[in-house]
Amino acid sequence: MHEVALASSLLQLVLDNARQQGARSVRRVVVAIGTLSHVEPRALAQAFTSASMGTLAGEAELAIEEPPGSAWCFDCGDTVPLAKLGDDCPRCGGGKLVVNGGDEMRLKALEVL
Amino acid sequence: MCTTCGCGVGETRIGMALAGKGPLELVEPHAHHEHPHAHEHAHDHVHEHVHADGTRHSHPHTHAHHHAHTSHAHHHDALHGEDEAHEHDHGDLGFDVGGGTHQDQQARLIAVEQDILSRNDAVATGNRQRFAAARVLALNLMSSPGAGKTTLLVRTLETLKAQLPIAVIEGDQETAADAERIRATGVPALQVNTGRGCHLDAGMIAQAIERLPLPAGGVLFIENVGNLVCPAGFDLGEAHKVVLASVTEGEDKPLKYPHMFRAADLMLVSKVDLLPYLDFDVDLLIANARKVNPGIAVVKVSTRAADGLADWLAWISAARTVKGLAAG
Repeated sequence: MHEVALASSLLQLVLDNARQQGARSVRRVVVAIGTLSHVEPRALAQAFTSASMGTLAGEAELAIEEPPGSAWCFDCGDTVPLAKLGDDCPRCGGGKLVVNGGDEMRLKALEVL
Repeated sequence: MCTTCGCGVGETRIGMALAGKGPLELVEPHAHHEHPHAHEHAHDHVHEHVHADGTRHSHPHTHAHHHAHTSHAHHHDALHGEDEAHEHDHGDLGFDVGGGTHQDQQARLIAVEQDILSRNDAVATGNRQRFAAARVLALNLMSSPGAGKTTLLVRTLETLKAQLPIAVIEGDQETAADAERIRATGVPALQVNTGRGCHLDAGMIAQAIERLPLPAGGVLFIENVGNLVCPAGFDLGEAHKVVLASVTEGEDKPLKYPHMFRAADLMLVSKVDLLPYLDFDVDLLIANARKVNPGIAVVKVSTRAADGLADWLAWISAARTVKGLAAG
């Protein structure tokens, strides 16, 4: 997955929100990267550090929350935990699963000065 | 550089035009520091909050407090690797972080709750509106390099160009070779070179359709960069993502690259004319694809067999009908 492109998008969102709020600097950026999303959190963090240098967010710490994956199992008729895409249902062993959680990539909050 | 797949951004070239800005470079993550401090203060201040539902409110309040802190220990395993623990101090939300000029130093928490790809998605929505206005079915073709995207397109165009207006956007890191192959069929094509970039994004398509007239009432094929990873996450404004899996690859491709097969509406199993010479289990490939995407449609294609594209052409026709784009 293209973490550099995502880091650039993230930085733009961070800077837009920080400027809207009249912030002088961004101290902390909180994102949620679901465990089923197509992002490698460590690569994103590294890319964000690089992309943000010299900006309002240049000193910001990136805090990454990793919400766990879940899926709707057609056989159980219920939401079940899902560790990774392609896994079978941990409850019934069935394979008809549609992800319904843990695939998000969201900027949640900023801490600014 | 994309640390996952070794590509860069910001080097997009559309046709011969240069666009974008300089490439990003990676550096080591910044070092963290620890600074214990104790302080005591009383102050009035105004908080402004934006909530996840978009509501916003400010309220002033007064509080006095004393705090000494050396170890708001936060672990950021995702950032720092499994066996490094970092301790560092964030100050306290809503409180000032040092003596003196706290009016200026006040840390505020801003709730945002925006999708990281919201910008790309907004541009994609604009593209989608342009396609709809021109009654164009846009298809985003993706696969690993060498699965046969361009050959399939050339053969498809040879048949379809007599029936419908068609245009093609070709995405590759380098060379205009594919656009030239398409143009040789008489169909207009624009090459987008992504430089070190490993996927097309909605902005590239928005730029491309400024230069390439949309085939009103017809089909726009977008051939993405050959890559089963990065293109999966980027909405271009297409009606459908179509993934090719050739029978010269492994049956386990959908499990190895699940995001791509999850994103696609249709899997084309390509080069099926080679099946008699291979130990390839098509049913296993399809089962694996449906494991990550139970709803994925599957069509087998061959650019060599006489009627090898019939089902694919029928699928395109049905997609146009479903979208209300078919004539009549």
